[in-house]
Amino acid sequence: MSPADHILAALAIPVIGAILIALCRKHPNLRETVTLVTAVLLFANVATLLPVVLEGGRPAVYGFPVTHELSIAFEVEPLGMLFGLIASFLWIVNSVYSIGYMRGNKEPRQTQFYVCFAVALASSVGIAFAGNLFTLFVFYEILTLSTYPLVAHHGDAKARTGARIYLVLLLSTSIVLFIPAFLWTLSIAGTLDFVPGGILAGKASPLATGVLLALFAFGIGKAALMPVHKWLPNAMVAPTPVSALLHAVAVVKAGVFTILKVSIYIFGPEHLQATGASEWLVYLATFSLLAASVVALTKDNLKARLAYSTVSQLGYIVLAAAIATPLALIGGALHILMHAFGKITLFFVAGAIHTATHKTEISQLNGIGRVMPFTMGAFFIGALSIIGLPPLGGAWSKLYIALGGLDGDYWFVVAALMISSLLNVAYLMPIVVRAFFRPPDPDDHGHGHGHEAAAPAEGGSMWSRMQEAPWLCVVPLCFTALACFVLFFAPDAVETLLSGMLEAPR
Amino acid sequence: MIAAHLPALQVVVPLLAAPLCAILRQGTIAWLIALVANWCAFVISIALVLQVRELGIISYELGGWAPPIGIEYRVDLVNAFVLMVVSGVGAVIIPYARKSIESEIPRAQRGWFYTMYLLCLTGLLGVTITGDAFNIFVFLEISSLSSYVMIAMGRDRRALTASYRYLIMGTIGATFIVIGIGLLWAMTGTLNLNDLADRVPAIEEARPVLAALAFLTVGISLKLALFPLHLWLPNAYAYAPSAASAFLAGTATKVAIYLFFRFFFTVFGGEGFFDSTPLPEIIMVLSIVAMFAPGVVAIFQSNIKRLFAYSSVAQIGFITLGISLASEPGLTGALVHIANHAIMKAGLFMLIGCIVFRLGSMRLEDMAGIGRTMPFTMAGIVVLGLGLLGAPATAGFISKWYLAEAALLQGLWWLVGLILLGSVVSMIYVGRVVEIAYFREPSEKVAGLKEAPLSMLIPGWVLVIATIYFGLDTTWTVGIAQDAAASLLSALY
Repeated sequence: MSPADHILAALAIPVIGAILIALCRKHPNLRETVTLVTAVLLFANVATLLPVVLEGGRPAVYGFPVTHELSIAFEVEPLGMLFGLIASFLWIVNSVYSIGYMRGNKEPRQTQFYVCFAVALASSVGIAFAGNLFTLFVFYEILTLSTYPLVAHHGDAKARTGARIYLVLLLSTSIVLFIPAFLWTLSIAGTLDFVPGGILAGKASPLATGVLLALFAFGIGKAALMPVHKWLPNAMVAPTPVSALLHAVAVVKAGVFTILKVSIYIFGPEHLQATGASEWLVYLATFSLLAASVVALTKDNLKARLAYSTVSQLGYIVLAAAIATPLALIGGALHILMHAFGKITLFFVAGAIHTATHKTEISQLNGIGRVMPFTMGAFFIGALSIIGLPPLGGAWSKLYIALGGLDGDYWFVVAALMISSLLNVAYLMPIVVRAFFRPPDPDDHGHGHGHEAAAPAEGGSMWSRMQEAPWLCVVPLCFTALACFVLFFAPDAVETLLSGMLEAPR
Repeated sequence: MIAAHLPALQVVVPLLAAPLCAILRQGTIAWLIALVANWCAFVISIALVLQVRELGIISYELGGWAPPIGIEYRVDLVNAFVLMVVSGVGAVIIPYARKSIESEIPRAQRGWFYTMYLLCLTGLLGVTITGDAFNIFVFLEISSLSSYVMIAMGRDRRALTASYRYLIMGTIGATFIVIGIGLLWAMTGTLNLNDLADRVPAIEEARPVLAALAFLTVGISLKLALFPLHLWLPNAYAYAPSAASAFLAGTATKVAIYLFFRFFFTVFGGEGFFDSTPLPEIIMVLSIVAMFAPGVVAIFQSNIKRLFAYSSVAQIGFITLGISLASEPGLTGALVHIANHAIMKAGLFMLIGCIVFRLGSMRLEDMAGIGRTMPFTMAGIVVLGLGLLGAPATAGFISKWYLAEAALLQGLWWLVGLILLGSVVSMIYVGRVVEIAYFREPSEKVAGLKEAPLSMLIPGWVLVIATIYFGLDTTWTVGIAQDAAASLLSALY
């Protein structure tokens, strides 16, 4: 198969998977096998493109024209390669976890869940490999629509409201702001293709560039830049695997990925720096990442706190796109990777706690580290990576963004990033402290929900005290925590890949 | 040579089939006749499009009488396109109609229904193809009278009042149109559209000519349900038999819109004249109100057919907005939306008809949870709904794209915003249907339902797939519409 075939296969595999999953609805074991096999095949297929891209190739499918100006086309460049790899790899891990979670919680409508998940992944890959802004937009909307049923999964009033906010905010920002943005881009540049160095460079006035950037930054609601972030906390009503893969990785990263992509291939980093049109976005993104951290501090619900933490971390990437120096852009791309592994771990933990004990609030977690040592250990590692401490992956991306900020003469960015890291410590570490160093609440026996295990007997061996979630939940979260550690040693490899995205066209 | 007589056959085939249905009476046979006649009409319309693309404008003299005395049928790209849309939508609806009509209309009347259907089709095709102003009026009345009958055949007794109301309003509209045509005839001495196009520009400042324009505009606006002359439409669509709702929603208003094109851009001498009158502004303002007000009303409907009927009024606003822009992308957007909206709305009413067929109710509340028991029907409604709000990779996106582009080219930024905000309104009413159908627990009645019969589901899904297809491949929609728009603006006829 040629690289072009692999691109098409990457879109076809999850779609075919979705159909097979629907057909296997009567046989849960077979259905889950199909999900896993699809996920593995997708990743293997995406990975075959990596060597080609590393050698500087840009595999492409020049689809077909829809109208004179709009066409469906795909091209794999380094940034899209990275995003495609992350999404498809974590889908495997997440699928394992989903099986444990969905069965452990006896969730209804599981077939619909897996089908929508597969479609969401297909659209994520479509976003990653899109060769022009229109193609990206098509898959962007499909991603919104396919994740809507996942957010509304529980079907109760709360889920319906959350899903409604999710859909209305994401769709209306994309219709009212994103469409005019690329309509305008088309009228200025005459094309919507992603071209290294940007298609607007030298064509758009500084003012037009600034306004266009605003249309993109707010129109791409998935990037959750304040004040368009409200959908993300509301999406937390979804089952946790959805929050983990989609609302910490695929959907939100699709948003910031699009912003990076627009910054690099539509505006052109040099154009942004030369016109200073993105300066306002630097300030706004800084505000967004600090403010979201502060809000996170006030949340007692674990998933809500993690959601605001995500809003904050997405702010880093938007910030990087706005600074637009090479180091910052690489840092932003790295952060897509590092934050993905860190945050998915934290969400896995939230879900594992829910599965094992049905607890959702942080104030209920006293002493839980003693009964769920693996889970909470993984949380600790993931949290350190989010904070950005070595030897964990998150350290690199924040460093790069800060250095990039210095390159762009944004001194306050460095200060803001340091404050933000402190805030991260402040909202993540108390959870760890609570879990390991506080005694369990006396009235809490951890079995109020049909668990037969006795109250944790003080003084018993560690193994007899343990009440971990199903192993299908625990193994994935330990794995991603481990990956955070491994990634600390990987920035070189990723940087080699990413350096290609800033090269001028050959 | 049969190819030379295609323009006449386009109208004659359904016209002759209609009395045949009336004579034979029996439902199934009448249905078969309608099916064959409608498909013939569709094939003829495609052949006409191909002929026009190859040879240019076709002029056909009925009975061999030369134009000023005889009636001329004149086919250019604009009306060939509309002919194809009208007969194509009909061709998909007819296979669907059989089961649907069996459940909604008593045996004795079924033959009459198909008679009326064929007459309505004849009228719509005749209005579109003819090159004679009075002939337009005659065919318009044939189509209107037959549609009053079709609507009155609805099961619900409110169908009678709805039909009556449409009759009153439609007749007023027709009267206005015939006054307009009469004034034009008095001033120019001809009824042939081509001759009118030659003579009107010389006297276009004359007061009777302007009065004619005003009468025609108001009369046609009534027929096409331009806000605020749309009051007949919601109930007419809501209480008509499902097949009739689908057919009328897809075609009747579209043909009236075609008359706007023909009179504004051909008879009244093209862009320059149209722009010099206050008409573009008036139509633009009314269109904008139409995009929002009925859309908002749609949100609060409890009857699903009324909901989508109001949505039709809103979508018609998008089409007339394109006309008011009077530029090539604007007219392209309007023409493309004629086709796309015809496909989407006919599809929606067909699939809603599937639900009514099983459930026996049009109330939204009764449809709670129906997405689980009728998954294919509802999935189709979702896709068509997405098309309505202009999601990318659906036909609706293409039309709105051209409209937005047209607004942008004229520097009307605020209008781009309004066009897109209009989509947000559609999102809300479509979203409401989706929520009720999928996220509520099914009632006992809904839980016991079966999926709709295939003979109804498949035609509905043909239009669902067409909605996606024409969102990705636009050679047959935009390709033709763009050339048609160019010929309208240069007043070629």
